[in-house]
Amino acid sequence: MRLAEFHSRDHGPGDSLAQSDTAMIWAALDTVTDPEIPVISIVEMGMVPSVLVDGDATVVRMTPTFAGCPALDVIRQNIVAAVKNAGYENVRVDVVFDPPWTSDRITDVGREKLKSFGLAPPGAACGSINELRIAEAACPLCDSTNTTLESIFGPTLCRAIHYCNDCQQSFEQFKPV
Amino acid sequence: MPTEAVQPSVTPAVRSAVIDLLYRLADDSVILGHRNSEWTGLGPILEEDIAFSSMAQDKLGHAQALYTLLHELGEPAPDANAFLRTTEQYRCCELVALARADWAFSLVRQFFFSEADRIRFELLSQSAFEPLAQLARKLHGELKYHVMHGRMWMKRFGQGTAEGRERIQTAINAVYPHALGMFESTAQDEAIAAHRIGPSESEMQDRWENEGGTVLSDAGLTVPKNVKPVYGGRAGKHGPELAALLESMQRVYRIDPNTQW
Repeated sequence: MRLAEFHSRDHGPGDSLAQSDTAMIWAALDTVTDPEIPVISIVEMGMVPSVLVDGDATVVRMTPTFAGCPALDVIRQNIVAAVKNAGYENVRVDVVFDPPWTSDRITDVGREKLKSFGLAPPGAACGSINELRIAEAACPLCDSTNTTLESIFGPTLCRAIHYCNDCQQSFEQFKPV
Repeated sequence: MPTEAVQPSVTPAVRSAVIDLLYRLADDSVILGHRNSEWTGLGPILEEDIAFSSMAQDKLGHAQALYTLLHELGEPAPDANAFLRTTEQYRCCELVALARADWAFSLVRQFFFSEADRIRFELLSQSAFEPLAQLARKLHGELKYHVMHGRMWMKRFGQGTAEGRERIQTAINAVYPHALGMFESTAQDEAIAAHRIGPSESEMQDRWENEGGTVLSDAGLTVPKNVKPVYGGRAGKHGPELAALLESMQRVYRIDPNTQW
């Protein structure tokens, strides 16, 4: 279901793929992870708006999480390797900013996986500058919402640091962007 | 970074105007990113070490994306563009090139720049040059964290100890003439407005003075009045700080520009 939804939501140039190819390629992409958060796939992260065909090439469109994310090159290489491994020789990754990635693109399954990794999932992304909204994070260890935002910058560009006042542990949150 | 050929066919006049604007945006980003990276390992507290390093990484990412748009318009590849141009070829404002000085100075510079950066990319998300509009919509979301950081510290220092307030006010007074230089016009500004590529510098400056000024006044800090802006950067006329920065930033790349990284 998700595959069809992703495929129809965003349109790109090029021919559409046969149904069987589509399923194979999306399954291959679902094995590619962010090296800094290895539990969640790039599909669950919402980083792949569409896959299409351009002549002989299979084109994976990738919308980056943060423009300065140092993992992008590795992810791009891993996409090519995974799709080649599924039997598609000529693979290209197009980095696109349309649609712009926001944390709202992370799927529900992806959010559960972030939490299991110890990262509080992001709340709804807000366009405005609102510290209160960003401060809302449930502790991934004890589910308490009695938490305090410690730092809007963390060990990677996509993480903020919070403190749980109930279980008295620091934890990281995937930032709403 | 984007490899998809997305730019529509553009007229020579639009192309020149877009290129002029993109160089200003990209050069501001890479130079401020480099300056802020100089705080990595040296921040006064761990959180600020991380904050400046993160904002530096963001700005280098923004620079890479902007240089990529330039490359798609026929300009040199991103690395060659950043690492092989001379001081005179750079179009950044003087504000971003100034030596990092003390943390108060760097913090105030970052505050002034972030306020302008957010306004700029918010307005550019309506650009008639669609590849820039798309990128602006993306970067705008990241910039809100930079703005939050600056505003939080202005408030803290404005309402904190006498020494902190005095040091921040001293930095504000020193940085302000250079901050006004962010809005220096170029010969392409009329074309940029006429083709709806981006907002005018005076429109951005009005909003910046209003919104940034409110943050400072609310914090009990004073906005300098009747200040003469420091111009020149947008025309390639830079002080010695940029030359020193480029000498350091470009040194390794220039040893062997063709090497594979």
